[in-house]
Amino acid sequence: MEAFLFIPCLVEHVLPQVGEATTAVLVRAGLTPVLPKGQTCCGQFAYKRGRADLVRPLARRFVEIFQDAPVVVCPSGSCTAMVRRYPSLFAKDDPFREQAAQVAAKTFELGQFLVERLGLTDLGARWDLTAALHGSCQTTRVLGAGSATEALLAKVAGLTLVPLARPERCCGFGGAFSIDYPEASEAIVAEKIDDIVASGAEAVITAEPSCLLNIASAMAKRDLPIKALHLAEVLAGEGI
Amino acid sequence: MTKTAHDFAKASAKALGDRQSRAILHKAIGHIRVLRQRSVNAMPDFAERQARAVAVRDKTLAKLPELLEKLEASVTAAGGRVHYAETAETAAKLVAGILAERGVRLVVKGKSMVSEEMGLNEVLEAAGIEAVETDLGEYIIQLAGQRPSHILAPALHVSKEQVSDLFARKFGRTSTDIPEMTRIARDSLRQKFLAADAGITGCNIAIAETGTVTVLENEGNIRLSGSCPPIHIALMTLEKVVETLADAAVVLDILPPAATGQTLPVHLSFFTGARREGERDGPREMHLVILDNGRSDILADPKLRSILRCIRCGACLNVCPVYQSVGGHAYGTVYPGPMGSVISPLLKDNPGDPRQPFACTHCAACSEACPAGIDHPALLQELRRRVSETETDLPVAAFNLLARHPLLFGGAAAVGRLFDPKLREVAAVAPDAPVGRFLRCREFPGLARPFSRRFKALARRLKRLQGGRA
Repeated sequence: MEAFLFIPCLVEHVLPQVGEATTAVLVRAGLTPVLPKGQTCCGQFAYKRGRADLVRPLARRFVEIFQDAPVVVCPSGSCTAMVRRYPSLFAKDDPFREQAAQVAAKTFELGQFLVERLGLTDLGARWDLTAALHGSCQTTRVLGAGSATEALLAKVAGLTLVPLARPERCCGFGGAFSIDYPEASEAIVAEKIDDIVASGAEAVITAEPSCLLNIASAMAKRDLPIKALHLAEVLAGEGI
Repeated sequence: MTKTAHDFAKASAKALGDRQSRAILHKAIGHIRVLRQRSVNAMPDFAERQARAVAVRDKTLAKLPELLEKLEASVTAAGGRVHYAETAETAAKLVAGILAERGVRLVVKGKSMVSEEMGLNEVLEAAGIEAVETDLGEYIIQLAGQRPSHILAPALHVSKEQVSDLFARKFGRTSTDIPEMTRIARDSLRQKFLAADAGITGCNIAIAETGTVTVLENEGNIRLSGSCPPIHIALMTLEKVVETLADAAVVLDILPPAATGQTLPVHLSFFTGARREGERDGPREMHLVILDNGRSDILADPKLRSILRCIRCGACLNVCPVYQSVGGHAYGTVYPGPMGSVISPLLKDNPGDPRQPFACTHCAACSEACPAGIDHPALLQELRRRVSETETDLPVAAFNLLARHPLLFGGAAAVGRLFDPKLREVAAVAPDAPVGRFLRCREFPGLARPFSRRFKALARRLKRLQGGRA
């Protein structure tokens, strides 16, 4: 089966390794990844600034690009949650609402797709690592895909997950929040990093590219020797 | 209003600079959250309790005007008097008027956020009436000349040692032993209870069918405030009413566990009217002041109405990463945290920072914790929409224009890659530019060769590998 890749702009331009790992994982799961052209941004940035009006044209583009896909897979919980929200942005009597609902219903976050749609948890990955899992608010609370992430990581050979204090707590990124309220964002990510350091983990794993970017770049500023990995990278295993 | 709007960004940055207060807040909130988790875990039926409570709150809101009429009739029948106030200011004047008319000089107050909303203490002081807060936390705050930082635990941001210093200054007695400090406060407060001409309390739930004001507390000071002095004035906002005693019980099923992790509080008081013929105690006069302050408009607004389900348990504050970091004072409003960020901008007096709804990371911990089923992120989203209608958001507009045209989008990223090494320098010389603000605590991650340009070769390579393995 073909799986259409929905690559968030952050992955396309800043974290391409996450896209590569996602591709590798899908191939390993027996699928043929397809990358449709013309993808940009799902509209989350504008949506969270209260500008649903600006999201609508992006939602229309997205639906056009993906309407013929058998399934759409995305390595981001927050972008998937945004697409799931598309139908609600259109009036009840707008015929486009139904089209958006069809595309939303077949769009999945990577872990959710593997576990809930394919029934796969063991992808044969191996990574000798002691790591902490950062659940990501959008993936767990908003999308409800947290248990899929955990089920997949539980089957990675060599991986030891250590508990993180307050695993449910936000990393403080929040998109524009990090720019509008830099001091608060700093305070929140600092606590997250303190928790990661205290866990004794060699790496932190998350299914959300924006949390990954936030935590990784804040750890880099402190020169911490702790890796930050996306779920897809762990599932692809060392050295794809 | 001529007041300049509060600036949450500035106030929170300042609050974050105070390391000592942050550490105190951190410890205190951690403690509350452990208590709550323990109690909710011990209640296997919490979800059902929650569902029943949401149903009761919604039923109440659906017929609020009718229930308020019923409440007024019942309070009047029980010998009390009901007063309506449109704004916080008129409410405070109304209360001051009732007290002045009766020559009241000293009032004891049980903790009430509505009283804070009214700015009552200042109005009473101006009228020459001494108002003494009797909730221990609120008393500490009053002695220190501060404002509550949490809707339930007003002195959450104050340490034991700070209270000890404060008591030493105010009473000439001190200790860092909590029971001893409580005794010091009690010695002072007990005199006030006995001497007070009137008592003012809040109201957690007003029961329409019986005219009963229900109050939850752990210290007994509210019960004393409402029953000891000859006049009792209870303050409520109009959404606090429920229809029946049974409905009140449904709300009581979730309020203490969500608020303090208790099954029931130490004191649960039901005040119904004034002293009746032949009764030996209780206030001779009872007044119930019902404040609107913008809530009728919220009720009439289907997109925001659900915030009136709020039962003031404080659970959303205790889980909010922003509140936990900056503390309650940074909000500059009576109600902080997620519930405050929704309701404050809608109140007629002191709405706070108009951009408050943006000061959120969208983590949804608030809605998960809310026992009344309020979807704060959705409500904040609606408020953001309303704010953004009145302004031009250039970065978002520009970003979205690019996002509608993939060539431009890719082109902009290519230009960005060209200037990539320079962006770090921009951050150094312009810390207030967006890049600088982002890089305040982060290393610049850099723009990479796009994934889409790597995809074809990668997919081919993987297919070969896959084929080889099969």
